[in-house]
Amino acid sequence: MAEVSLQGEQRVFMTGNEVVAWAAVAAKVDIMYGYPITPQNEIMHYWTRLAPKYGKRFLQTEDEISAGFTMLGGVMTGRKAFTATAGPGNVLMQESCVMAEMMRLPAVYVIQQRGGPSTATVIYAQQETTLTCFGGNGEGHRIVYSTATHQELFDYTIKAFNAAWTYRFPSFVLGDGYQAKMREPLTIYDAESKGVKLVPTEPMVGEFKPGKQFKHLRNTYNTEEELYEVVMANQRDWDAMAPKVVEWYEKDCQDADVVFVCHGVVSRAAMGALDELRAQGKKVGLFRPITVRPFPEKQLADAVKNAKKVLVAESAYGQLLKMVQVAICGGKAEIVPMLRPGIGITTEELVEEYNKL
Amino acid sequence: MQELKENNVLQPAMPKSWNEETKPHKFCPGCGHGIILKAVGEVIDELGIQDKIVFGCDIGCSLLSWDFFACDSVQTHHGRTTPVITGMKRANTDIIGIAYMGDGGGYAIGSQHLFNAAVRGEKITIILCNNCNYGMTGGQMAPTTLPGMKTETSPYGRDVEQTGYPTKGPEMVAAVAPEGAYVARGTIANVRQLKGFIKKALENQMAGNGISFVECLSSCPTNWRTNAKQTWEFVEKDMAQYFKVGELRTPQAKEGK
Ligand SMILES: Cc1ncc(C[n+]2csc(CCOP(=O)(O)OP(=O)(O)O)c2C)c(N)n1
Ligand code: SF4
Ligand SMILES: [Mg+2]
Repeated sequence: MAEVSLQGEQRVFMTGNEVVAWAAVAAKVDIMYGYPITPQNEIMHYWTRLAPKYGKRFLQTEDEISAGFTMLGGVMTGRKAFTATAGPGNVLMQESCVMAEMMRLPAVYVIQQRGGPSTATVIYAQQETTLTCFGGNGEGHRIVYSTATHQELFDYTIKAFNAAWTYRFPSFVLGDGYQAKMREPLTIYDAESKGVKLVPTEPMVGEFKPGKQFKHLRNTYNTEEELYEVVMANQRDWDAMAPKVVEWYEKDCQDADVVFVCHGVVSRAAMGALDELRAQGKKVGLFRPITVRPFPEKQLADAVKNAKKVLVAESAYGQLLKMVQVAICGGKAEIVPMLRPGIGITTEELVEEYNKL
Repeated sequence: MQELKENNVLQPAMPKSWNEETKPHKFCPGCGHGIILKAVGEVIDELGIQDKIVFGCDIGCSLLSWDFFACDSVQTHHGRTTPVITGMKRANTDIIGIAYMGDGGGYAIGSQHLFNAAVRGEKITIILCNNCNYGMTGGQMAPTTLPGMKTETSPYGRDVEQTGYPTKGPEMVAAVAPEGAYVARGTIANVRQLKGFIKKALENQMAGNGISFVECLSSCPTNWRTNAKQTWEFVEKDMAQYFKVGELRTPQAKEGK
């Protein structure tokens, strides 16, 4: 096998999982921790093939609880670390996510959503949107990027590491099995030679220098008030961060009567519907949150302020819908849901739904 | 460690690796956790590894040690100390990682982590306090509760028909760990020996041999509702009868076979 390298820029044709592994190489990640689950397995498969060539490490853990917590151990020593999971594994990882939120640990999770609670429907869904944004017994102090293309998977995986190490909140790349498994062309690149600065890491424990101050990291509080102070300080940091990290995509919204709102891979179908309907002279627009957490609430409210209807389409039963309702409640646009838990949404179906309005 | 004299009275010496500001410690009077951690502190001093230690503690009364040492420390979630320290050691092999936990943390909620860390031969040191119950939550039955022993959730005594026999952790770890493992069971009733076990467990990690695991028979007079005499009797007789004290695996012995 030829020696792989990531220098300069390369045009490639790969699956989304392979893209994530390459993005982690580009982000100069030190170690991945993981437990097998479809549809993220190939992230580990590619990583374990790439890792030794780049002096990187991998640990296959006994379950996703362990994958999450070993990763937290890794980041505490100042190493860039991540894990990837899906579905029930995402559920098991939430315990580590809340520890990362409270202790401000720069953990990175790649989630390739799949359907259903157990197995069999292992390829596609958007049913982990709420879980990924708000799972666990905390306040959802996280950054969640919902990608739609392979180029975005690459770009936002790098960005997730930067965001995590800049703001010290856990960061997520929210993909799905379609994105994980399909192949498409994209450009992969060495981040730094492309001008993407990689945020340096820093050990929280285990640094050896003479006369060092010992650190006692904890996640236990003596009083309700003490906990309250910590949560509120985190909330203030999160609020201050939100406008800096929030991202969205909008097209043709300002004169639109109907605005499609979708996230992730569904927004690709919406792009198709938009082109088709605009060609017919229909006044439609598209709004897509890229960060589903923090949610671009103001931006959405602004984008739909002239619209009569907002068509919310998602492969889940109302998870995006709730975020949209919160963002534009009190607005004049009527919200029309198109909820397809666990199944894909095509351009044709969106056009059909539009025609029913 | 220095001997201190105050008003001409010899004061108990405090290990250098202890965080003086947090002493006296937060455990109940008569609790074994403090005795185990004293042994740990003395060993850290003797090995001169205070700078390299990352001490992880679980949820359970072990969490009261989150600021116990003048060493880098991390308090994690219930049962998750083994993976946190494992993840650290995998990411940075220069640290000396100690995962400190209770019997509930190690043998119940975190048993899959302990088992698999042992199987993989993680190069960390796990120190587990066996006090036959869930101390922090008010004395429920633990995997280590002795047959017939009364706890809040076994008020008529542990019924082995329904709940099985007490978990023998070191035996389990010794059975599954690859070569290079150090496994022992000590007791607070023999601190000199316990200290020796803990020292070997840390030296074994420093030598990069494999997993090191020490279970410590300990006391929980608060939940046992025992006075000093009864407490010692329980540790020395009842516990030691079921849980055999001694070394189960030393790296040399296995390799020499
Ligand atoms: C996931 C989870 N489940 C339950 C608890 C509640 N809990 C806190 S401490 C503890 C038991 C601790 O017992 P052990 O590990 O034996 O430590 P000890 O207090 O006896 O030293 C439990 C069940 C928790 N904190 N987290
Ligand atoms: S409850 Fe038991 S284990 Fe916990 S500090 Fe008190 S005596 Fe020790
Ligand atoms: Mg206990």
